[in-house]
Formats: sequence, C-alpha cells, structure tokens
Amino acid sequence: MPTRHASPAVPVAGRFALRLARDPWPLAAGAVALVVATPILVVISSLATPTVEVWVHLWQTQLLELIWNTLTLIIGVGGGVALLGTGLAWLTTMYRFPGRAAFEWLLILPLAVPAYVIGFVFRGLFDYTGPVQSGLRRVFGPGIWFPDIASFGGVVLVMTLVFYPYVYLLARTAFLEQSETTLEAARALGARRTTVFWRVALPLARPSIVAGLSLAVMEALADFGTVAIYGYNTFTVAIYRVWFGLFNRQAATELASLLLLFTGAVYVLERSWRGRARFFQTERRAHPPAPTMLTGWRAWAASGAAGAVVGGAFLLPVAQLLVWSVTAFRASDFDNRYPEFALNTLTIGATTAMVAVGAAVVVAYGLRLSRSRVVAACGRIATMGYALPGSVIAVGVLVPLAFLDRVCNALVRVVWGGDGGLLFTGSMAGLVFAYLARFLALSVHTVEASLVKVTPSMDMAGRSLGLSPGGVLRRIHLPLIRGGLCSAAILVFVDVIKEMPATLLLRPFGYETLAVRVWQLTSESFWEAAALPALTIVAAGMLPILILARSSFREVRDHDHGGDGAIPERREILKAP
Amino acid sequence: MILLSIAHLTKRFSPHDLPALDDFSLDAEPGEIIALLGPSGSGKTTALRLIAGFEKPDAGVVVISGKTMTDRKTFVPPEGRGVGMVFQEYALFPHLTVEENVAFGLRALDPGTRGHRVHGMLETVGLTPFAGRYPHELSGGQQQRVALARALAPRPALLLLDEPFSNLDADMMVQMHLEVYTILRELGTTAIFVTHDQEEAFMIADRVGILNQGRLEQLGSPEEIYHRPATRFVARFVGKADFLPGRVTDEGIATEIGTLPNTPGLPGGAQVEVMIRPDHIELIPDPMGSAMVVTRQFRGPDNLLVVQLRSGATIHSHQPSTLTLHPGDRAKVVARPTHVVAFLATRPWL
Repeated sequence: MPTRHASPAVPVAGRFALRLARDPWPLAAGAVALVVATPILVVISSLATPTVEVWVHLWQTQLLELIWNTLTLIIGVGGGVALLGTGLAWLTTMYRFPGRAAFEWLLILPLAVPAYVIGFVFRGLFDYTGPVQSGLRRVFGPGIWFPDIASFGGVVLVMTLVFYPYVYLLARTAFLEQSETTLEAARALGARRTTVFWRVALPLARPSIVAGLSLAVMEALADFGTVAIYGYNTFTVAIYRVWFGLFNRQAATELASLLLLFTGAVYVLERSWRGRARFFQTERRAHPPAPTMLTGWRAWAASGAAGAVVGGAFLLPVAQLLVWSVTAFRASDFDNRYPEFALNTLTIGATTAMVAVGAAVVVAYGLRLSRSRVVAACGRIATMGYALPGSVIAVGVLVPLAFLDRVCNALVRVVWGGDGGLLFTGSMAGLVFAYLARFLALSVHTVEASLVKVTPSMDMAGRSLGLSPGGVLRRIHLPLIRGGLCSAAILVFVDVIKEMPATLLLRPFGYETLAVRVWQLTSESFWEAAALPALTIVAAGMLPILILARSSFREVRDHDHGGDGAIPERREILKAP
Repeated sequence: MILLSIAHLTKRFSPHDLPALDDFSLDAEPGEIIALLGPSGSGKTTALRLIAGFEKPDAGVVVISGKTMTDRKTFVPPEGRGVGMVFQEYALFPHLTVEENVAFGLRALDPGTRGHRVHGMLETVGLTPFAGRYPHELSGGQQQRVALARALAPRPALLLLDEPFSNLDADMMVQMHLEVYTILRELGTTAIFVTHDQEEAFMIADRVGILNQGRLEQLGSPEEIYHRPATRFVARFVGKADFLPGRVTDEGIATEIGTLPNTPGLPGGAQVEVMIRPDHIELIPDPMGSAMVVTRQFRGPDNLLVVQLRSGATIHSHQPSTLTLHPGDRAKVVARPTHVVAFLATRPWL
C-alpha cells in the first residue's frame, strides 16, 4: 500500500499525465498546436506589456497618420468590395444575360492575383510615364489632366478589384440558398423586384456579405506590397521600415500589436454586426430563384459591367504581365537568376505544405479523438494565425527564435566556449515556422472538413476489428481523405508563394523567392523585370481557384465518405466559434 | 455458463445531468440474443458503447468470456475485446471492396485461412457474387449483409448491433430481420442489439431489456414484457395501454368495467391503477350501454375504437373489421384480460 503523503495536486496531475500517455493523439495535437501558437501568443502578450518610451516616440512621429490611413483604407476598401461584390452576385444569380454562365466563375479569378501584382501593373500602366498617360498626351496634348494612381484612390481601386471576390462568392451562395418561395411571397405581397432586393434578399444575405466584407478588410490590413509601392503609409509598411530601417524590433513589436488590435476589432465588429442572426431557410433544398431574362441594352450593359470587372482585375493585368515578360526577354533583359528564385520558391512552398499537412493531420485527428476542452482551445489558438497579417506573425516568430538563439549560445559557451552565432533567427526553419503559424489554419480546416465526412462509426468499426487509433488513421482515414490532404497542401503551397511581408522580414540573408524578387524590382520601378516572377505567382495562384471552382460551382457528387478535394470556405476558417 | 456479465455499469457524461446509464446489470448466456429497447436518449446506445469499450464507465464491471474488460483498474481498449459490431449506417469502408471489408479484421490470419474464412462468410450472407464490388455499388440490404459478415468474420464471442435495421425500407427490413436471425442462430453467436422498435425486439430476441432514462426497467422474455410489465413505463412503452382506477376488495379488483381477479395479490383496500390493453376490451352494441364510442379508426384487418366511460375516462379497444359501431353509438364494455396487471396508485384519482 502506498502511503498518502503527497499533496492532492500531485495525484491529479499524475492522473492527467497518465491519461494523456494512454491517449497520445490528443497530447500530440495539443503540443503541435501550442508550438504553432507561440508567435500569436507573443504578439498578444506584448499588447499587455507596452513600452512607454516607444509609444511616446511613435506618437510623436507617425502614429496618427498610421491610424488615419488604416481607418480610411478600411472604409474605402470595405465600401468598394461591398458594392462591387454584392452587386455582381445579385446580377449573376438573378438575371440572365449574354455570357452569364462564364462570368459566374470568371468573376472569382482576381483571387488568383496577389494585390501587390495588380498594384504594380496598374502603377506601371497608369503612371505619368506609363503607356496610358503617354498615349493620352500624344493625342490631347501635354496639358491633359489624369488622376494620380499612386494615391489613396489608387490603393482603394486596386484592393477593391482584388478583394471583391470574397464578398461576391459568399453573397452569391447566400442569394442562391434563398428559396424562391421566400422571394415569391414578397412579390405576392406586392413588392417590386427592387423592393424585394432591398427588403428581403439583401437583409437575408447580410451575414454572408458581412463575412465576406470582413475577409476582404483583413486582407487589406495584411497587405504590404501594394501600400508600399503606392507610398501609402500603413502599419505593415511602418513595421517593415522600423525593422530594417531603424533595426528597432521593440517598435516593430508594438506596431504589430496595434495592427493586431485593428484585425481583432474587425473580427469583433463582424461578429456583432452579424448579431445573433442565423438566417436558415426553412426548406434546406429549396429551389434557387429563377433568373429574369435581360433583353436589349440592359443585357449588353450587364455583360459589359461584368466584363469590365473581369477585364480590369484579371485579363488586363495578366496580358500586361505577358507583354512585359516578352519585352524583357527580347531585350535580353532576362533575369538569369530566375530559375534559382523559382526553385527556392518551389522548395520552401513544398516543404511548408508538407509540414503543414503533417501537423494538420496530427491536430485534426487529435481534436477528433479528444473531448478535452484544453486540446480544443489549443487547436483554436493555433489556427488564429490565419486572421493575422504576415507582418504580425513575423514579429511574433522573431521573439521566440531570438530566445532559442540566446539559449543555444549560452549552452555553446558553457560546453565549448566561443560563440554559437544565430542558429534559428534568419534560418529556413524560422521561415517555415512563420508560414506554419500563419497558414496552419488552412490545412487544419481542410483536413478537418474531410475527416468530418468520415462517420465516427467508421472509427469504431476499425477499432472493433482490431485496429489501434494509429491504425485507424493509417488504414481508414488517410486513404479516405487523400483528396483533402492534396487540397490542403495546394492551398498552403500557394499562400506561401504569395506571402510577401513575412518572407521579407524573416528570410535568411540572400535567400530570394519570387515574391521577394517582385518586391525588390517593383520597389525600384522595374515593372518589366518583375513581370515574369509575378506571372509565375499568378499561375500558381490559379490552382486553388480551380479547386474552389470545382467544389463550389459544380454539384458535389453525393459520396457518403467524401473527403476528396474538400476545401473549406475562408469564412469558416475565420469563424471557429 | 455466462458469456457476458455486466454489473452496476454507470456512465455520466456531465456532472449536471442524470446518468446516461445508471446501475445497469445484465448476464447473457452463450448463443442468447438480447434486445435493448427504449426511447431515444434512454441509454441503450451508451450501454452498447460501454460494452464495446468506446466509452469508459464511471463505475461497473464488464466481463466477456470470463475476461474482465472493464472494472475499477482495468480498461481493455475496443481492439482488444474481440467484440464485433454492426452499425446503424453500416460504416463500411468505402475505399475497400466487399471482400476486403470482410477480410479487414482478419489480418492476423495467414492468407489461406483468411481467404477461406472470407468466402465462407460471404456465402453465409449470400454475397459471393458481389465480392469484388465496392460498398456504394450495393443496395441497402446488401450493405447490411456485408456489415454483418465483416463483424462476424473474426468470430467474435459477442456481437453488438446498433439499430441495425433502421436504415432499411419496410419490405427489406422484414426480410433482413429473418435473415439476421437465421444467421445468428446458425452460428450460435451471442448478440446484443439496440432498437427502438418493439416488434423487431420481440421478433428476434430471446430476452428484451427495457431502458428508460438510463435505467433498466425490466428484463425478460417478450411475453413477460408484454403481458406482465413491471412498471407503468414498460406497460405504456410496449403496446398500447390505458389505466383505470380500481380498488382492491375481497372479490378482486373493482373497476368501472367490472371486477377483475386479484392475481397480482395486492393488499385489500388499496387504491390501484389497472392496465387495460385494447385487445382485452370487448364492446357489445347496446343502446343502454355505459360507454359511448368517441372515435373509430378503420385499419383494414381491424378497428381501433376509443370509448368514453361514464366516469369520463377513455379507453382503447381493438374490434374486428366487421364491427358496425360508429361515433356516438353506445356499447357495453366487457373486460377479458389474460393477465391482470395493476400498480398501486401514486396519486389520488379524480
């Protein structure tokens, strides 16, 4: 008989440890989630421990400008995407006009193009020295007035064109899910079509529109490339400058925490704006409303409007990139190091994708097996990174890495003497870690969405036929969710390729990816040279759009096991309750 | 000999709620088929999951074939219990063929024995021609047979079935009841199955356990359950039952529809409620009768009538389909119970 003299806390902790040792999956999931969540927790905790001198300095120099610029950006881009996204969604779901079927999916193409790419293309096109203004001057003489593209208006235009698809996609789904009978009921009560839109359809779609809006605004807050090229000073630009210009990491951290505050505010606003409204239609498989046929000039106006958006936000920039690439090539201006950047990009993208999918399988499977609230909370925190701008994550990654370096150095000094140098800071591992913190949500939610479709009785069947939990994962789940794993890998891969600020801030010295190259060249206005790397990024960006188009525009096959190509809407990603 | 022994099994999912399963005890003999019957939320599926090892109980003991699976110190995980399971939605592995599904639990066997076992099993369930098909290429009944074959292939000592027939349409269900019954009997498998359908339970099981709010209210043969319900809940849940107030006298139990023999042996003078089944009530058309027909449902083979007694109480009665009583008609009520079931009154009647 063991004597009982330990404090009561010890047996409790012991029992907890024992339980976890017996169920290693939840333990592993919690551990992975916690590690990935470190950068997020670091930035959040720095909010709670402000450094007064730094704040005073920021206040005296640029804080007011930053806040004002950020607020106006939110309002400008928010208003733009709400109008454009909702309008286009209503147009393509409620009316028939030439090319509607094609426009329906063409309109999501701008999602493939990072904002900084459209940004520099527009800058190159519409600048004073660009082809548009030069052409106008040739025709109308030198005195002709043209709005300055490198301005607030320019930034809002670019971001609206790039981010409206978030609102468009969610509003479109919302309109399609509205049952025809609801709208018919309104018309039977005497409402005209426009009245139906304002008084029934729009209020019903509001939660979706607001969700799309918040996604677009968060992307706008996270953007670094566009605002930097356009000389519009926001938090991401300021973080980059105090980091590299002043080497003031403390100020960078404080700025990052303020940016985090803005992101958090958008999130909270979105939640409260959506309110308790959960607008379920009573009939789940209701008939979508029948579209009205447009005729005459109205039909062509509708096609023209949709065409102008697709043209301006996708076709024109891509065409211009092609032209520039060819010009650069002809002028034997071809960047000899292009294959190196492409290979670097491919390597880091693929590495991160594999790590992220592996981590996601551990986290998602652990969450599935565990009823523990602690594990669930860890999972939630670890997937919050997706809502945070890359600049914030980068700052958050640096602190734990620098700590590890100090620990290593101390060890080296004690054991061998001498200096250990920087092992983690500015390493590939550090960069992958940052991407993981930012994009783990993508893979976790995709894997979870696939796993959910495997009924729990499948697990039980496997267990009752003699498999351990690991065996169930290997022999039942993984074969079933292969498609979902591929989707998850592609999504992470592409987002890593597109990610600019985190790469810039954390990359190993001299390590250049396509996005880094685009930044280097565009910040010095070498539009033509930047075209080829940018085009490569856009081509990669098409991959998830194709997956998205497949899952959201084609009737999903009725498979009870599912798991192939499941892609979670970004809305779900940000909205884990 | 006892194959499965469960004692005082208790499971509480949240400290604030009633236990999902409360002090559940049951012994099963080899080859016995036991049905757990109850409304949804009564704890029957929890009982199954505790036996299979998918949940850990808060208290209680599970012993299968003499081996302790669950007690205060022991917990054998599901894969170590040798218990087969058939699920409501079958849970066939969609990425494997019928043959591979059935072979799934036989990895420990050498390939020859395994192939032999799989083919024997497929023959038993009549699916030999479908061995190479994938689950989604099969009908509901065929999927069910694959699920059964897969669960039985490792020759489990005990088979658990969780609402196995509820996903089938009515015709297929009747056929599968018979097939599953025949197969289980043929193999002599001990089985526990969960259902909310009393006809199914009565048809297949040797013994039926009635669960209500986590408690086992009665365990007995189908006849016992139907004719001698131990509690009001069982009486109401199994078949239709009306209750009439009565008083125990020297002659028997005096009720509004006559004096019934005091076979339960209730104490004299007690106030009781007597259970009346519709098939125990005969109605004789009589303009001076004490009861009045309230509604009549013609159901083809018979009529279900509701009559109101003088006291205002209503009771149900099954009558032949040729009966010509209509709402508003009066009739004389004659009670012919095969077994008299009465419970002591818990509250004063009107």
